[in-house]
Amino acid sequence: MEICGGQTHSIMKYNLPELLPAKIRLIHGPGCPVCVTPLEKIDKALALAAINEVTLTSFGDMMRVPGSSGDLLGARAAGADVRIVFSPLDAVEVAIGNPDRMVVFFAIGFETTAPANALALLRAASLKLNNFFLLCSHVLVPPAIRAILSSGNAMIDGLLAPGHVCTITGYREYAEIAAEFNIPVAVTGFEPVDILRGIEAVCLMKEEGRHEAVNRYERSVTREGNLLALNSMYKAFTVCDMTWRGIGRIPASGLTIRDEFSNFDAEKQFKLEYINTAEPEICIAGKVLQGLATPDECEAFGTVCTPETPLGAPMVSSEGACSAYYRYKQSK
Amino acid sequence: MCLAIPGMITELYSDSGMKMAKVSFSGVIRTVSAEWVPEAKPGDYIISHAGTAISILNREEAEETLRLFDQMNQSESI
Amino acid sequence: MEYSCPSPYNEYDKILLAHGSGGRLSDRLIREVIINELGDACLDSSHDGTVLDIPGRVAFTTDSFVVSPLFFPGGNIGDLAVNGTVNDLVCCGAIPQYLSLALIIEEGLPVNELAAIIRSVADAARKAGVRIVTGDTKVVEKGKGDRIFINTAGVGIVPAERDISPTRLKDGDEIIITGNIADHGIAVLATREGLSFGTDVISDTAPLNELAELLFAVTRDIHVLRDPTRGGVASALNEISRVAGKEIIIEEAYIPVDPQVMGACEIMGFDPLYIACEGRMLIFLPEKWSDKVLKVLKAHPQGQNAAVIGRVSNGKPIVKMKTVIGSTRVVDMIAGEQLPRIC
Repeated sequence: MEICGGQTHSIMKYNLPELLPAKIRLIHGPGCPVCVTPLEKIDKALALAAINEVTLTSFGDMMRVPGSSGDLLGARAAGADVRIVFSPLDAVEVAIGNPDRMVVFFAIGFETTAPANALALLRAASLKLNNFFLLCSHVLVPPAIRAILSSGNAMIDGLLAPGHVCTITGYREYAEIAAEFNIPVAVTGFEPVDILRGIEAVCLMKEEGRHEAVNRYERSVTREGNLLALNSMYKAFTVCDMTWRGIGRIPASGLTIRDEFSNFDAEKQFKLEYINTAEPEICIAGKVLQGLATPDECEAFGTVCTPETPLGAPMVSSEGACSAYYRYKQSK
Repeated sequence: MCLAIPGMITELYSDSGMKMAKVSFSGVIRTVSAEWVPEAKPGDYIISHAGTAISILNREEAEETLRLFDQMNQSESI
Repeated sequence: MEYSCPSPYNEYDKILLAHGSGGRLSDRLIREVIINELGDACLDSSHDGTVLDIPGRVAFTTDSFVVSPLFFPGGNIGDLAVNGTVNDLVCCGAIPQYLSLALIIEEGLPVNELAAIIRSVADAARKAGVRIVTGDTKVVEKGKGDRIFINTAGVGIVPAERDISPTRLKDGDEIIITGNIADHGIAVLATREGLSFGTDVISDTAPLNELAELLFAVTRDIHVLRDPTRGGVASALNEISRVAGKEIIIEEAYIPVDPQVMGACEIMGFDPLYIACEGRMLIFLPEKWSDKVLKVLKAHPQGQNAAVIGRVSNGKPIVKMKTVIGSTRVVDMIAGEQLPRIC
């Protein structure tokens, strides 16, 4: 299993399964933070975007993810001030350049992106901005892996650890997971040759009965990670329980804004009415994200749920398992 | 959230207290935060994600990977 | 009318609603800015419509242009408005002749910007060898239009021996692209507010009729021509595959992309296959003509990076691509706008 949307995307883009022997099956894990962002957060983003004074800034990935009724792209078409940015620091610039607007940044991501979101918050704080806010939805990878492996349901023989998450966090914790669950782990990059090296390392370890974490993304990852980035992240955020869309509540698997920065917390600073979230019942995204079902086992797959009319996030995101399957299915 | 790409630092500077870098991605220049790569210098390759430099590419390791990539390209017949 | 000043219209510096009302102000705008700037690119300005004498098979097309920002590296909306319609005619196998020009201007647009756009329309028309023969100008209230929208319709003559249609595609046909892909889309994105990166990439907007005539001089047996605009090469190939009922397979390694365009796409998480071109053509033709056609294209400044990128084969309609590592993947139709990706 790989737990990184970027790796899922690369696997799809280069159709690696076509090159691998049939004995090796790749299962796509919940590595797409877009896919696991709770429905409630998306509904909150939509509610914020609907406020006249608010400029909602977001990564492009989130624009087409369906909330309970509509998505951010639809909100923009209906007149909301929704802007795509490539960096949370760009969102800070929007706030600086538009002092009469309340700029909210939809801050999602794993440990690769959380430090950047933190940096934006810290910058806004140091510049004493009063019109910049974060709507946070951060998720941590190791607790999710533990939750999936503990459930004992998914048949996983090896893990490809996310290379850019590990660039930030290092891979000590993955070594602990390897030992605890008797599973080989390879820290893996994103180019096809990187992914193949990761798969090779996992297979070799499995054959030798070794349950360790090895680094196959040596050009970017060190065992300790980037301490400065981690410092930024924990200066702005603190660990909290988190609900993963489709999977459920996983303790200590998320990050939220520290109390001393609560005046930058969009959820605390804006009065958002009670949001009635409603997931389409037919969507089995949760099972797919945990590797318990394949997308084509879903009733709605390819019929009611397609990339043009997605019911759940894994069909929208270019890294979601459902959208990946949809493309493969077409080629058969 | 892993789209991060390598680029080469062309210039380092400071923007109201924040360390910044001008980075060239195949000729496209983008400014990123260099707060977390204090040892970086012009000419170094960094990995950039969401407007932040998250690591300095280890040159020997990068070259090794490129070598493998070339090997892959050559070994398959078009 | 004699105008000695290149920009005589100095009474108002912004377009007003009254400029579209059909009265004196409208008349002045049309005469002093639009027709004056169009110059000899404009055939006859005195009637509501123009009567043309066109022999033979006539190709007829229309397109509307709503690009934002209006001005971008390599051109502006005026260039697109002419070249876009000229190229649609070229892709019918036609020799473009006449264009209409309809403007919907938002109140408040600076007159000198309008003048610059019309000047570009005139230059582009002259370069493409077409005349603007009829037009219309409307002004809408502020907020009801995105600065300016332009529609052009065009007619051209299709010589008897040319038969361009996806139904003519045959198993074994090869596919040529006349130059680097995705230049226009990236040039526009780089100019849009909020995207902070610098490139030297300029739009590839250009008329393709010269290249097309070079092609037809080699052989009349060209099966399909298509200019990949919105949705890029991938969308154009998918449409053609579907209509023709044939499989298309392209090779990633052969697709020409400027390194800066590639860099910009990587930064934003775009796939260049889905990004617009405005001066490139896909050519589908029997394999035996490929080499000759390629040679002729590469000798022309617009075709220097021309390359064979794939071929047609019998099979279910689908577009596949052989990747640089030797695997094959499907290149599907994009769902909606391509959004910049960060994941």
